[in-house]
Amino acid sequence: MKKNQVCQRSGVFRALLLAALLAAALLPLSACGGGNTETVIVYNWGDYIDQSVLRDFEREYGIHVIYEEFDTNESMYAKIKAGGTAYDVAIPSDYMIKRMIDEDGLIKINMDNIPNYVHIEDRFKNLSYDPLNEYSVPFFWGTVGILFNKTMVDEPVDSWEILWDKKYAKEIFMLDSQRDSIGITLKLLGYSLNSDDADELEAAKAKLIEQMPLVQAYVGDEVKDKMIAGEGAMAVVWSGDALNMMLENEDLDFALPREGTNIWTDAMVIPTTSRNPEAAEKFINYMCETEIAARNCDYINYSTPHREVLAALPEELKEDIRFYPGENDLAMSEYFEDLSAMLPVYDRIWTEVKAVYE
Amino acid sequence: MRKKLLNGPYLAWMLIFAILPLFIVVWYALTAEIGGERSFSAGSLARVFEPIYLRVLWRSLKLAAVSTLLCFFFGYPVALILTSRQFKRRTILVVLIVLPMWMNFLARTYAWLTLLEKNGVINSVLSFLHLPALSILYTDAAVVLGMVYNFLPFMILPIYSVLYKIDHSLIEAAEDLGATPLVTFRRVIFPQSLAGALSGVIMVFMPAMTTFVIPRLLGGGQYTLIGNLIEQQFLTTYDWGFGSALSLFLMALLLVTGALLMRSRGDGEGGLW
Amino acid sequence: MVRRVSSRVYLALVFLFLYAPIAVLMIFSFNSARSRGVWGGFTLDWYAQLFRDRQIMSSLYYTIACAVLASVFATVLGTVAAIGLSGMRGLPRALTAQLVYLPMINPDIVMGLSLMLLFISIKIPLGFLSMLLAHITFCLPFVILSVLPKLKQTQAELYDAALDLGATPLVAYGKVIIPQIRPGIITGFLLAFTMSIDDFVVSFFTTGNGVTNVAITIYAMARRGMNPKINALLTIMFAGVIFLLFIANRRTADAKTRR
Repeated sequence: MKKNQVCQRSGVFRALLLAALLAAALLPLSACGGGNTETVIVYNWGDYIDQSVLRDFEREYGIHVIYEEFDTNESMYAKIKAGGTAYDVAIPSDYMIKRMIDEDGLIKINMDNIPNYVHIEDRFKNLSYDPLNEYSVPFFWGTVGILFNKTMVDEPVDSWEILWDKKYAKEIFMLDSQRDSIGITLKLLGYSLNSDDADELEAAKAKLIEQMPLVQAYVGDEVKDKMIAGEGAMAVVWSGDALNMMLENEDLDFALPREGTNIWTDAMVIPTTSRNPEAAEKFINYMCETEIAARNCDYINYSTPHREVLAALPEELKEDIRFYPGENDLAMSEYFEDLSAMLPVYDRIWTEVKAVYE
Repeated sequence: MRKKLLNGPYLAWMLIFAILPLFIVVWYALTAEIGGERSFSAGSLARVFEPIYLRVLWRSLKLAAVSTLLCFFFGYPVALILTSRQFKRRTILVVLIVLPMWMNFLARTYAWLTLLEKNGVINSVLSFLHLPALSILYTDAAVVLGMVYNFLPFMILPIYSVLYKIDHSLIEAAEDLGATPLVTFRRVIFPQSLAGALSGVIMVFMPAMTTFVIPRLLGGGQYTLIGNLIEQQFLTTYDWGFGSALSLFLMALLLVTGALLMRSRGDGEGGLW
Repeated sequence: MVRRVSSRVYLALVFLFLYAPIAVLMIFSFNSARSRGVWGGFTLDWYAQLFRDRQIMSSLYYTIACAVLASVFATVLGTVAAIGLSGMRGLPRALTAQLVYLPMINPDIVMGLSLMLLFISIKIPLGFLSMLLAHITFCLPFVILSVLPKLKQTQAELYDAALDLGATPLVAYGKVIIPQIRPGIITGFLLAFTMSIDDFVVSFFTTGNGVTNVAITIYAMARRGMNPKINALLTIMFAGVIFLLFIANRRTADAKTRR
């Protein structure tokens, strides 16, 4: 008995040792590169690129791509800000780009090296976060709206107000995100979603507390599977995700509320940590090549800011104002501003809303 | 005794990788950014004691305590069964207890969503059997379930490793002297296993107190626990001062709880085991 | 007999509880629909895609390498520390005992961020080494807490007897103490490995420049909906571990019959 025990235990060790050897054998397959080859380190959202594009870039330019992913603007920012890294290209969203510019965290891009910048539609240039187009090149864009299940919602969806309709109690998913949830509530109340007015924010808080009992859950990424599975009638989602969900479940539909919404862009930037800005510019330019941008768009299904790629899209998609709203459709909508000074107030509101739950 | 010297490398390690970072946290907790420079301020620490945050803390304590208790009640018998002599390949069974935890935590928690949802796996089975549906997703029950699921092995293993070592001649002696199995357990086995149980309680309670993914996914983000609050300060609000103050307070609280636990055992010499 | 059966039933229920989500994960790796919300039919496509995904493959390598190294190192360091700790008395012991818990009661995110700041200030570039150092640090308490209760059970007289009989302290440890605390060491090792292989928060902040582990990749991927590639990866990892256990078990069984 005793002997047996000892043998078995060393068996477990042996198993782990085997695993380690196996891992070591895998090394050359995965972590190759290195040596003297030029590299570019890219920091992007998870699953936000057609990976074959990276391979083709390497082939064309002989520059090795080290690719890493993040899950939120905030964690990416914390990481880059702290230093100790050497990211050459990052792809944050608008308000985060503004913040990084203000804190001298980005290098100016030499637009002479980005000839493909001409393909970017003019409406995505000179935006408030980068008014002179010095720091960023748009990658994808979108809005926030209401995804709903046509089998559960009868009336037309055209206002944020429907998220407060008692008829849909426990069928509503809200975003577990301070800026987004408070932002759409401000919009519903007719205020700016960048409000820093105490009364307006107080009103939004009251409205959110009123909504609390109707909400099934405050969700993050898992909302996609939930809505596809028909677990709720309505959810606040990003437009690009909405399109992907509608492809999976045809009962779903998407609407942009008439009160206006948040419009966003994710754009490529070069952080000051970069050790190889030339390679970064080559990478950014490559991403804007029509064929490459089209492949990414096809894989990700988000709205593209690239004129040629848009032109080549199927007629019914590019004219769909749910996913490609024109500037007039978005007259009431706003980009997020960087509200650093107001964040503690937003945080307090959010904590108080959540504290209501019993 | 030369034994003491054995602690050298460990102490050096902890000094660099635990104490030094702790000082960074203390520094953030005791300073506030004014005009680009950080200067001393007790503001963050004072904020911790506002009623709304104490409420968050209280709720976290309750949930963590309930989860720890449940882990103990469900975990102890498992450890006991594993040490009984009916299984030849115990080590394999022990590894099988930990194995689920080698699969990604987020993916496993997502899988619980699939199980618990309104139209989920469990409800499909229940409705097939004409039983009433189970709807615990997005309640305290789901959060506790998530914690028990994730931390149960941390309770079973230390208890198992202590039970395993109990001298069988003692048990046999008790049985020979006519003790019923229950009495043998209460008077012989259980007291000897307390050290392991205490390790288990600590290993479950601590992570249950600081988790933020479980309440978010299984609790539906309906309320904030202390772990969420801290995460929020670092990644959403960028109030590192308040975040650090919260974690310092939490650490102090946990250390005191630990010390009291140790006292209650009358050990008196400063270890929790 | 009744006790035997009921205890087996109980154990089976616990295993059902532990493995139900794993079963769900594995089943959905064969789902041709991208979402776990619907079943679209059987496919092996995700497995094919998995092997073409270099992001996942490299993070798998770093995960295993880091977990093995961190748990081995933490087990050695932690066991030695536990033995040393058991020889201490009074205030130093009380203080060291509290020190043990430090990495455990520190919320992950605080530990991750403060270690990141530390690595940057002492000029350790963020990457595999910094991640490994962080992993060893948070694995240590699990080893010590597993070994200490066993040390308390050991009979100190045996060690003294060995010394009296002329053994050097090192030999006395190797022959007398270590065998007695072995289950504790193994428990500690298993827990350490477990903590390391699935850590997200601390890893996220302490690594960088292209080195990621599976957990980081999965969290990032989740933003666009949990990709079934992940389920395929976890299924393979699971099958791999079961296979290794099976082999190890077979070999020990063979060794026994030969003996």
